[in-house]
Amino acid sequence: MATDLVPEVAQPAADSPRPAAPPKGRRRTRTVARDLLRYRWLYLLLLPGLVYFALFKYLPMYGLTIAFKDYVPFLGYSGSEWVGLKHFQELFTGPDFGRLMFNTLLLALLTIVFVFPAPIVVALLLNELRINVLKRSVQSLVYIPHFLSWTIVASLTYLLFSVDFGVIANWIHGVVGGQKTDYVAQADWFRPLIVLQLLWKQTGWGTIIYLAALAGVDSQLYEAARVDGAGRWRQFWHITLPAIRPTIVVMAILTSGNLMDSGFEQIWLMTTSLNRDVADVFDTFVYYIGITQGSFSYATAVGLFKGVVGVVLIFGSNFLAKRLDQRGLF
Amino acid sequence: MKQRVRYYDSVGSRVFDALNVVVLTALALVTVLPLLYVLAGSFATESEISSRPFFLWPHKFVTDTYHYIFSTGTFVRALLTTVAVTAVGTVVQLLLTLTMAYPLAKRFLPGRTLVLNLVIFTLVFSGGMIPTYLVVRDLGLLDSYWALILPLAINPFYLIVVKSFFQELPEALEEAARIDGCNELNVFLRIVLPLSKPIIATFSLFYAVGIWNDYMSPLLYIDDSKKWTLQMIVRQLTAANADSANVLQQLETVTFPEQGLKFAVVVVATLPILFFYPFLQKHFAKGVLIGSVKE
Repeated sequence: MATDLVPEVAQPAADSPRPAAPPKGRRRTRTVARDLLRYRWLYLLLLPGLVYFALFKYLPMYGLTIAFKDYVPFLGYSGSEWVGLKHFQELFTGPDFGRLMFNTLLLALLTIVFVFPAPIVVALLLNELRINVLKRSVQSLVYIPHFLSWTIVASLTYLLFSVDFGVIANWIHGVVGGQKTDYVAQADWFRPLIVLQLLWKQTGWGTIIYLAALAGVDSQLYEAARVDGAGRWRQFWHITLPAIRPTIVVMAILTSGNLMDSGFEQIWLMTTSLNRDVADVFDTFVYYIGITQGSFSYATAVGLFKGVVGVVLIFGSNFLAKRLDQRGLF
Repeated sequence: MKQRVRYYDSVGSRVFDALNVVVLTALALVTVLPLLYVLAGSFATESEISSRPFFLWPHKFVTDTYHYIFSTGTFVRALLTTVAVTAVGTVVQLLLTLTMAYPLAKRFLPGRTLVLNLVIFTLVFSGGMIPTYLVVRDLGLLDSYWALILPLAINPFYLIVVKSFFQELPEALEEAARIDGCNELNVFLRIVLPLSKPIIATFSLFYAVGIWNDYMSPLLYIDDSKKWTLQMIVRQLTAANADSANVLQQLETVTFPEQGLKFAVVVVATLPILFFYPFLQKHFAKGVLIGSVKE
């Protein structure tokens, strides 16, 4: 800060004696006070946001301590008794853990295999589309579902797949014959429907970031390649694909950080009494036992376990990306 | 985007182009046909919905379902609630996001890095559903409309994008205003905000869509069915395991167009978004990109 009007209270050279000036603590206080006064308007603007983060982001993190307590509402956070790792023990040895882990991981795996590559493929196809009008119209249309709520998506699924009048259900019945199937309620169809919903809702929107990366490619590269006799496939392989590789890595890191998040709203909306066994994931389980049954401490422990695994995953995949000679996210 | 020089058109290349057009057109159709079917279904008679497999134009146009839902207290109340909460919520979210993003864009501000790191940390780790619920409860916000607004008041991603946008604004303009005697508050109000119209438009729409579509907050925080939002009604009426008998009792009538109702409710809950979509579209790609390309 060259414009400081106050004379610099310089760091004394390492070997010089302590200056007679006021002790460090007070000097720092005075600097802070001076900064606060000097930038008072900026700090004032910052204040409401800080209150928000303190209240709704950091206070809940303090609330995580009840995962290690037997939380009793009228005793409060500090009055409730510490019980150590009891709730985690209960979770890991209980009958639900294996099922929750399996369901969560299987959905994550299906997402990685089917949902993650979809926007990349569509973006690449859009990028090769030479009719600009068509390109723009397709883009406008495929973005739409991203803006619809999960309740709408669940309703559409019901209207299309339900046993009584679902269009697709009837159509499949017409082709395959046999007994009518209630796709929406059946456990076997839960995961395929979840994947279909994700594909329908997110594929188009997901292309935005890849299209941006593609638009950033220097067109001289293509010209040079063409002069060198590269056909369309070679241009794609040696220029287009490498151009979006960093974006793919970043998106992969972000996705892996969310592996444990199965999307509460979507899963919850698609859960029926018939598919509970395959539908229950950590997120919905936390809701069941926490909100509907009032086991706040146990539910918090389950949520904390999920959150910690998420953090490990995101740092792990970032580390991996760096090892594989990519830039990584941070 | 610049028109590229034409490729050397081999047969393979032309076959690919043709296939590409077919695939992408099919994709666009798969995306919109379900929506158009629901729109058509909402204007069709009960018998047409159950007898015709798929249609985009009903044989006979009827508006029974709309008459019915708009004469139902529960539904109208939910619609008005949703509109009001969305309007107030969006204003609150924008105010908080803009005011916090501006100081964070000032590299010289002491403590800025600390606050930024605290914000970024919340993207990686959070207290989760139950502790957040308890905070909302302890603040006395259960069954209050504020519970649908305040816990979501700042989206950290949007905050960081807006911050980056502010950082890109020409510093010289702000400097000039400061020399002319503006304090930071005035610089923000008179110089920065007017320059930020595109980003304000983008994020007000993102925020509005977020609140309008939010299903989890009402599910968690609102017990009183009189305070339900539209998404709760949609869920109660149409979802697979909906306890429809119960809801329809609350909808206070004996006869009703049962299937058409589901179509119409979906349409009403979707229409405002589709109505604003063309305006939104102009901005959002830019808005998203400011945030993402920088990484």
